Amino acid sequence: MTDQPISAPKEPQSVTPSRLRRALDSDFYYAFRHSPVAMVSAAVSILLILSAVFAPLIATTNPFDPTTLNLMNGFTPPMTPNAFTGETFLMGTDDQGRDVFSTILYGMRISLFVGFAAVLFAVVLGIFLGLLAGYFGGWTDSVIMRAADVQLTFPSILVAMLIFGIAKGITPVEHRDQMAIWVLILAIGLSDWVQFARVVRGATLVEKNKDYVSAARLIGRRPSAIMIRHILPNILSPVLVIATISLALAIIAEATLSFLGVGAPPTQPSLGTLIRIGQGYLFSGEWWILFFPACTLLALALSVNMLGDWLRDVLNPRLK
Amino acid sequence: MTALLDVRDLTVRFALPKPSFFAERPHLEAVRQVSFTLEAGHALGIVGESGSGKTTTAMAAIRLTRAAGGQVLFEGQDLLDLDDEQMRQRRRDVQLIFQDPYSSLNPRARVVDIVREPMDLMEIGTPEERLERVRELFALVGLRPDQLNLFPHQFSGGQRQRISIARALTTNPKLLVCDEPVSALDVAIQAQILNLLAELKEKLGLSYLFISHDLGVVRHVCDDVAVMYLGKIVESGPVQALFEAPQHPYTQALLAAAPSLARRKSKGYVRPLKVSGDPPSPINPPPGCAFADRCPKAQDVCRQTPPVLQPVAGTQAACHFPGPADV
Repeated sequence: MTDQPISAPKEPQSVTPSRLRRALDSDFYYAFRHSPVAMVSAAVSILLILSAVFAPLIATTNPFDPTTLNLMNGFTPPMTPNAFTGETFLMGTDDQGRDVFSTILYGMRISLFVGFAAVLFAVVLGIFLGLLAGYFGGWTDSVIMRAADVQLTFPSILVAMLIFGIAKGITPVEHRDQMAIWVLILAIGLSDWVQFARVVRGATLVEKNKDYVSAARLIGRRPSAIMIRHILPNILSPVLVIATISLALAIIAEATLSFLGVGAPPTQPSLGTLIRIGQGYLFSGEWWILFFPACTLLALALSVNMLGDWLRDVLNPRLK
Repeated sequence: MTALLDVRDLTVRFALPKPSFFAERPHLEAVRQVSFTLEAGHALGIVGESGSGKTTTAMAAIRLTRAAGGQVLFEGQDLLDLDDEQMRQRRRDVQLIFQDPYSSLNPRARVVDIVREPMDLMEIGTPEERLERVRELFALVGLRPDQLNLFPHQFSGGQRQRISIARALTTNPKLLVCDEPVSALDVAIQAQILNLLAELKEKLGLSYLFISHDLGVVRHVCDDVAVMYLGKIVESGPVQALFEAPQHPYTQALLAAAPSLARRKSKGYVRPLKVSGDPPSPINPPPGCAFADRCPKAQDVCRQTPPVLQPVAGTQAACHFPGPADV
């Protein structure tokens, strides 16, 4: 027994442990470590994203640089030396002698860029309109949500094609190829904002009646500040979940549009463009031109989607 | 002495859904011509059962709910007449402590930011001075400085209520509206918070508008009491007089319904007034006294003419037949 009184105040503990320590201690990380699906899909997603980001370092050739291409290399099968030049390609070459492995890496860059940018655009637009609709209600709410309802009556791929068609009509021919990527982003983003707006509106309706929002009004915060500083941080987790799932969907939408020939131009091929080019040769025996881009798209979309699914389960308090 | 808060004929209406497309929109009068005054340095308690309009009255008085009519004179200035910008400026003088300590603090903000937010907004002092002020407030409400950087979910209900009080005090308000500040807390914690409120009232010269359904709490904290029933004040007066000699039958029934150790059945105590049934619907209030259907003293006049608040033996009561309870 020490003669210290029982009520002696404890040593003040370090109140804020390091960020890394907190991250490793969190429920989130625990759930992650105990879910093989989450770990595998995260690993695959990160591997694919990193290889796209560092494509210039990994790829053996730059498929966009015509000087590196040799037409004699056309249709080289995977892992087989070319009959004329003797070169070997990991995943073979396409009709113009481009290394399929390199074009996939560069194509993934475009697919991922379009996917991320389109989702970001949809998230920003959806949050903005959803907050307005949920917070102000009444007339504002009716206008925004009816617009969303109308948009939902068209299949999103049709909306994207419509926007694409209009943009193509109004841009001059010489800028079309550069514009194509941005038009893709706009088209996919515009067809995707509705789900974000709906979720944000619903969450805002719940949050705006809580007392901390009244407290913010009470000290004289303006509506814009209440929405951004108080409500937004509290509704972000469902948005994050949908954003992850819609990233996979946006990548697929981009591939679909490119496959249909209204997306990324052949000069900047995305995975969808590569699949479109490849499917022309499928029945003449050059299967690898289609097979490898398609597998990459599958792996990318599947891993991101499963990650999103897992995130939804973890962040949903009702499933805990 | 001029009153800090003088509420006159305050009325609050809520719109109800239309029964059919062409029908006129029906309204519910939650607060009907309520008047009361609060002297500087005093605490006025508003008591009543659920649905009596006590919270709505307070919310309308500080403009968190839109009032349909009446005046709210704060230091002689009608708050209901101010435009939004003037009201924003005036807000620093009138602050609120919420009932539910679990929803009144932003779960994604650190408590230091919650308490300093009013100062950041009004750009009072330098950032260091604001932090100093937050430390001061933390000490004042009995929290430790090493808790500054925690999040609300890391605190207990009582501690959260202390944070809420610290936030309300940040701007040096003159009037603090307490909306059932202890009803969500354990009894042991209730006493701590009530003592803190009493202490702060002495130390800072605060005035309280204290909403509660707990008569014991009101008796402990308040100087004056107003009893509400179906959106109207039925009796008001100094705590002592109202608790010792209630004049309105509803007040008498309310006091008799509160459990007490002093009056026990085993000691032969019989409740003088038993009131059964529920209050009438506020959508369609009765033409006369709202309490008439449940009142043991009710006569024909009670069902036809609404009584007005008038002085009776120490308090003011709205009753045609006021007087001490006959046992």
